This record gives sequence, C-alpha cells and structure tokens, in this order.
Amino acid sequence: MSSPAPKSPELSDKSKKYDRQIRLWGEHGQALLEAATICLVNVTAVGCETAKGLVLPGIGGFMVADGSTVTEMDLGNNFFLNASYIGKSKALACMQLLQELNPDVNGEYVDESIDYILANRPSFFESFDLVIASNLNEQTLLLLSNRLWVSNVPLVYCRSLGMLGTIRIQLKEHCIIEAHPDNRQFDLRLEQPFEALREHLESTEVTSKVPWLLVLYKYLKAWQSKNGGGCQAPSNYREKTELREVIRADMTADEENYEEAIKAVNTAFGAGLVPLSLKEIFDDDACEQLHKKSDAFWIMAKALKHFVVQENKGYLPVPGVLPDMTANTDSYIALQHIYRQQAAQDADHVYHKCQDYLKALALPMDSIDERIVRLLCREAAGLIVLRGTRISDEYEKSCRLQSLVEDNELQGSLTAYNFALRAYERFLTECGNIPGDCTVEQDIGRLKSIASKMLVDLGLHATISDDILHEICRFGGAELHAVSAFIGGCAAQEVIKILTKQYKPIDNTFIYNAISTESVTLRL
Amino acid sequence: MSATSPNPSLGLQSKRWNGLRNILEREGPFCKDDFSPSPDNLEFLQTKCKVLVIGAGGLGCELLKDLALMGFGDLHVIDMDTIELSNLNRQFLFRRSDIGASKAECAARFIQNRLPTCRVTPHFAKIQDFDDTFYQQFHIIVCGLDSIVARRWINGMLLSMLRYDSDNTIDVSSIIPMIDGGTEGFKGNARVILPGFTACIECTLDLFPPQVNYPLCTIANTPRLPEHCIEYVKIIQWDKENPFNVPLDGDDPQHLAWVYERALERANQFNITGITYRLVQGVIKHIIPAVASTNAVIAAACATEVFKIATSCYDSMANYLNFNDLDGIYTYTYEAEKSDTCLACSNAPQVLPIEDPNTTTLEDVIKLLCESARFQLKSPGLTTVFQDGKKKTLYMANVKSIEEATRKNLTQSLGELGLQDGQQLTVTDATSPTAMTLQLKYQTNEIEMN
Repeated sequence: MSSPAPKSPELSDKSKKYDRQIRLWGEHGQALLEAATICLVNVTAVGCETAKGLVLPGIGGFMVADGSTVTEMDLGNNFFLNASYIGKSKALACMQLLQELNPDVNGEYVDESIDYILANRPSFFESFDLVIASNLNEQTLLLLSNRLWVSNVPLVYCRSLGMLGTIRIQLKEHCIIEAHPDNRQFDLRLEQPFEALREHLESTEVTSKVPWLLVLYKYLKAWQSKNGGGCQAPSNYREKTELREVIRADMTADEENYEEAIKAVNTAFGAGLVPLSLKEIFDDDACEQLHKKSDAFWIMAKALKHFVVQENKGYLPVPGVLPDMTANTDSYIALQHIYRQQAAQDADHVYHKCQDYLKALALPMDSIDERIVRLLCREAAGLIVLRGTRISDEYEKSCRLQSLVEDNELQGSLTAYNFALRAYERFLTECGNIPGDCTVEQDIGRLKSIASKMLVDLGLHATISDDILHEICRFGGAELHAVSAFIGGCAAQEVIKILTKQYKPIDNTFIYNAISTESVTLRL
Repeated sequence: MSATSPNPSLGLQSKRWNGLRNILEREGPFCKDDFSPSPDNLEFLQTKCKVLVIGAGGLGCELLKDLALMGFGDLHVIDMDTIELSNLNRQFLFRRSDIGASKAECAARFIQNRLPTCRVTPHFAKIQDFDDTFYQQFHIIVCGLDSIVARRWINGMLLSMLRYDSDNTIDVSSIIPMIDGGTEGFKGNARVILPGFTACIECTLDLFPPQVNYPLCTIANTPRLPEHCIEYVKIIQWDKENPFNVPLDGDDPQHLAWVYERALERANQFNITGITYRLVQGVIKHIIPAVASTNAVIAAACATEVFKIATSCYDSMANYLNFNDLDGIYTYTYEAEKSDTCLACSNAPQVLPIEDPNTTTLEDVIKLLCESARFQLKSPGLTTVFQDGKKKTLYMANVKSIEEATRKNLTQSLGELGLQDGQQLTVTDATSPTAMTLQLKYQTNEIEMN
C-alpha cells in the first residue's frame, strides 16, 4: 500500500450528542440552528413545549419574555415550572428549567409583559431570528404581528385551548434549497443525453451485467426510431407498455437488469426541464432585479436561470445522483462517474456566473460558497420560495377568506374552529375575562354575538355552530398539556425548518382537533 | 378536605387541576355518550387508574410527562436500556451525568421530583421478565417502543389474557386497551388497540416497512454503494480476520474504527466514494434518525387517547393516526381493519398450505414462516403430536443440544418426517409469549381430486 491507513475520524462530542438529528438536517443544518436565537413570548405550556423542542436539539439561544409570576394554577399543565417558583417571575422559572435541558444553549429572560415591551421598547424583537408567541388576546396579537412584519422577523403563533390547537406562521419570504422530498424523481436525461453520457451509452455493449439504464437507453432508441425518429419518450400507458414489451421480448433468461429496466419505464423519463415552481422563481422580481442586499439565494437563482436558459438549452444542471442498479461494479461506477462529472461541470458554470454577479454588485466574492452552489444545482428542480401573508390581513375583508365559505357554511369544522378561536381572543380583549371561566351558559351567548359580528365584519356570510361555541366555553380557558405537547412538537419542527432553511414549513395555518384527531392546513 | 393532605397543592382540590376539571366536570356537546361529568373522574385518575408505559426512551419520556400532567397519579415504566450520549437530543429527562444509568429509574425519579402528584414505579427489566399476573394490574398499557418484536410480544400477551364467556364472546372486563406509538425521523404513528375487538399489531403486520437487506452476492462480488462495502466488512471480513477475538460490537469505538478503515480500503479498491464514520455507525447499528419533535407529537397523541379511555370524556380515535412533517404537517386518521385470519387475535386455526409434502422440506417451512409477510417470525421452534400421541420436536434453534439433535430434520421433506395432511404444528417464537398452532394443508390431494 502506498499510503498508510487513514486515521478514523471519530466524531466530536457534540456531533455524537446530536447524531440522530444530524442524520436528517446535516452538519450544515445543525450549524444554522446553533447560530440562531429566538424569543419566547408568554410562558404557557404550548410555548414551553415549543421551546423544549428547540433547546434539546441545540438552538444557539433563547429569550423568555413574560411579566407575570408563577401561581399554583400554572403547575397543572406546564412541565417547566415547579412549586419552588410560586410567587416568582415566570420568565425566570421557565428559562432556568428549560436551560437545564441542554448546557450548550444560552437562556435569558425579561420579566416584562409583551404589552409593556411593545409600548416601551418595540425594537426589542429585532435582534431575534424568530419569535414564538402563544395564547394572546386579539389586540396584543395584532400589535405584535404587525411589529414583527415591519421588522421582517418571522413569527410562529400557537394556540392551545382545551382539545384544540393551531399554529400560524407569519413570514415575508422564505427560500428553501433542500426540501428533502419524500419521493425524489431521478433526473437521468435518457431522452436528451448530454454529450459525455451519449458517448458512453452508445459505446458500451449492453450485457446482462450493465446497469438497467443502458438497457433502457438501447430500447428507447429502437422505440424512437420506430415512432418517427424523434427524441421523445413514451408518455402514455400504451406507449409505455409497448416499450416494456420490446424489452421483455429480448430477454433470454431472467436478466435482472432487464427486469429493472422494465420497471423503470414508468419513472425514468421526464425530468430535467424547468418545473412550474422553478419558472415562477426565475420570473420573480427578486430574481430579475438583483441588488446589494439581495439574499444569496436570489443571486444563485439568477445564475441558475442564466445557465439553464442561455447555456443549456432549457435543461437544468445535471444533479449527478444515480439510483442503485444491479450491475457489476465497474460498469456502475463508470456510469456514476459520468453523471457526477457533468454535475460538477454544470455547477461550476453556475458558480462562475454567481461570481460575475457578486463582482457586478461589488459584494465580497466569498459570500457565496462553491459547495452551496453545487447543492442548489443538485436540488434545482425542487427549489421553493414561500411568500407569507400578514396576520392582520386576516382581520380585514378580503376575497381570500371568501373561499372558506360555501352555502353559508365555513368549509370544514376545523375552519370553523379556527374562527371560533379568533372570536375567543376577541372576547378576551372586549370582555376582559375568559369565556366559560366561571359560568358557561352566559358566556356562550356573549361569545356567539362576538363571533357573528366578527364574521359579518369580515364579509363572511356564515355562522359558527352553537356546539362549537359551547365547547369553547366549556374549556373555560383550560390549556391541556397533551394538546400543548402536540402543538409544541409541531411548532418546534416548523421553527427548525425555518432556521435551517430545509424541509417545507406549513403555509400558513395549521389547525388540530384532538377530539377527532384531525388536522388541516389553510392558507389565510 | 385539605387537612387530610399535608400539602394542599397536591390534593384533588388543588388549583393546579382547575383546567382539567373544566373538561372532567362539565357537560359538553362532543362528549362521549356515556360520559358523566363529575369530580370522581379526576379522583379516578389521581388515585385509582394505573397505567403502564413500556419504554423510557424518546416516546417514553414524553409519555410519562404528558400523562402526569393530564392528571394520572399512578404510572409504571419498564425499560431494559441504559442512557447513552446520543439519547440526550430528545430524551429530556436525562442529563450527561446520567449516562450509563437505567432509563426507567432515572425517568421515574425525574417525573416524581418535578410533578409530586404522580407516583412512578420503574422496572429496569425486559417486558419478557413479567407474566400475566403483572400485566393484569393495569387499566391501560401505552407502548413507546422501537422494536417490532417487543410490540408483537406485548400484543400477544394482552390477547392471551382475554377471557371468553361460555358463548365464546369476550369478557369485556378482561380487555386491557393498548395504545401504541412509533416514530422514525419526521414520520410517526399512534394507534388504539382494544385486544380482541379492533385491529391488533399482527392484523396489520404489513404496515411495518421491510428491512433493507443487500443481496450477499452484491456485497461479496459487485459492490456499488458505500453501504455494500460496510456490510462486507461486517458480514464477511470481521469473522474471517476476527481482529479482537470477539463478536462485532457497534458500541465499541475500536471495533467501529476497524470497520471504518477496512470499509474505506474496500471502497477505494472499487472506486466507490462516500464512506463516512457516521455512515459506518449507521449501517452497523441500524441507526434510525430521531428528533425531539416527532416523539413529542406522537407521545402527545397517545397520551390524549389514554386520557379519553380512562375518563370516557370523548370517543377514542378509530384507530390509526399517521403523522408526517417533512412537507408541511400532515395527519391522517383511519380505521385499520381487524383481520379475520389474524395469527394472534382471530381465534381461528392457522392453515399453512403446502404444495407438495414430498418436495417441501422442514427448512422450506421455516423459511416461509420467517420471510412471508403474514408470519414474519424470527427463529421459530416447531413441535408436533402424532396420531399415536407421541410428541416430537421437529426443530428448535434456541437450545444448542436440541438444535444439534434436530438439525437433521431440516433437509427432510414433510412426507419423510411422517407429517400428514391436516396435522397440527405447534410453533413458538420470540414474537409471541404464547405458542401458535398451524395446520398443514396439502394441495396435492385437491389437484388430484379435480
């Protein structure tokens, strides 16, 4: 052996502790999480459960803001308070008990109410990467969400009441390179092979030992010349069956690679072109009009567009990812090498274009890393840009809300629950007490009139059923831990998605009913 | 009333329970038909209802917290494992200083300290260490397990504890509801099983994803992926070179380092890229990715169902929840159907069709029992009773002396072993605490008769 055996890269302590999650979002996702600081507004069970789901995986830091003190009542549903803190600051108590979960995380607190902070130092929130709030009244929710919209700080707002829970995400723009689709379509370019691939495919003899891709290519060519000589692929059931039968007819034994080629007829074609979602990104103003403050994503998107449109005849960069195929080692590795080489070459073009743009914008050349460009090129077909809506817009008349109503009814009981929870929050602001806190019957009537007026004000010709309003009053403001833990778990993952810029978050409202174990996501 | 309790904040009247009492003491339009609002409900949860949590890992830690805060006062927890560093990103009742300690004991201690309204009894043991007299004491059993075999075993135990009336209907008082949660990365499921009444674990065995197994010839001759190289070192090279004179231990860093280096050599030899230490560890230990959030969500869904059953406040979920938050948040609840031919709960004899008893060997039968989706057994032991009343052990892998004595039967055909059409085989396996009876059905006769 020419070189000594390499030393095993034993993982660092931190890397071992977070191993099970790094397998999902990678070291680069973990680094983003560890660099982030969030603010938790209001110490509720759902808020603390959300924070727990961020402290455990190692978020950089968290700030707790709450002006109240711990009472006996709080102990019944919140794991991050205990009897020794009764009478003391709730923010302090929950900060200390959350921090104890993970010494890598930096916890801070301020014992001031959200209303006080908004009135006296509204810029308080600007230093955070994201704010989590829960169980507010309507007035405070609108003040906070508007403030955060202006400051461009994402807000994750959670509700947990009785058996109901919701999550509303408010953010302006969110760009995702790695969406991690569950069923990834492999992009193989068999219809339009790039030069190196075409040469390889045409110069390699098809035997029972080569990857199915070569088998499929051979019969695709035959099929194409029989069907007019174009470079199209079979697109409908009849054509696909035809191609499958041609392959099967040529089998002499039960060659595994032929069988795999027959199976692949369904999935091997059609990738490589610009999907609609990417077209929208290319046409976006943010992509067209780069400026000094453009997010790196948009600079890369424009470079990608340039490559696709100007240099690559409308085709995406080759992702360079090959599925496993039964074959001998050499023929598989040779094929894999060709795809990977082309992917590196394509990404290199995009990277150089990025550098041109950076130069033109007088931005530092190292502000876009070559590795992230490679990643973007590999994931080009699945890039996502989310543009969120402002929470206060939901409180104005708008045509968007109209689609939720049909035949004078809110579509689906979960939608009705969402509006009932809003009526509940308006009740808190207008009446100053919790519906059903003392008497259920009386408050049902008051909640009902608030709900009716709210729907009329929104221009929605619908009512919320008495049963739903009765159930809300029956809860009497109770926050149940199991519902808060469900919503908190979901909300924590949504926060991680936003901070790591991986996986697609909800857009934009998630509603959960623990009575029926149902959920829905609405775009409000 | 508070005079009887030394600390009023621990009594049933404590203000800590105000929220729960709204749910348990008020009428509501969506309550279950037989729900009766009353202070007795909370009293039942706090003083009488006994719940067993199986597993004190990612789901178990959450379950204990959730149940204690939903008013439950008497929990037991079983776990045979000890705490490791890689648990700390989600098993939030454990700290670095707890590494090496019993999960069950550590979790129980933490919950009791934080929530003095709940007593938690730990069992640092395997579920197989207990018999029906132990399981009998619980009202409800919740599982937060990562092992399919353990799930099947406890499922079998609860089914074996059902009592039947003279008219062959199940005595309802013998049913112990089982709530089962499972997670993998960003996916999870939660289900409610009423043994004997609704779909059990065996009814839906095909829902578990098949294990990825690479063909041996690929590993040995035509590797293409880094995983193939790692498997080669694990399956072939380790035994051949036996570097430490002990079996491969995925928790021993020296062992992993050796596998890593050999796998890298093999990969280089074949021009395969992508061997990393993390990948080696993942393949050797069959590591399943895990995050705090999915465990929190699934445990919460399970705890909600335990609460519904214990208090009758709402109807139980019917009966299977799928959860996934890779792309947005997705949940789907549906009713998994009870199988009429279920191995475990159908109470029907299991027929094993055999094409030709003269060409089918005992080994073929064992292979079928292990590999078919219907059985998925691990290492079955087979015995039978002949017409003359003689009992014969056909094969038994788990006891060395019996294995040696019965090994010769493996290559014999069923005919040569003297097994008749319709003969019953008694099958034991790690997947169930009770034996299963299989009836041979020879197809050859039918064909001849046609």
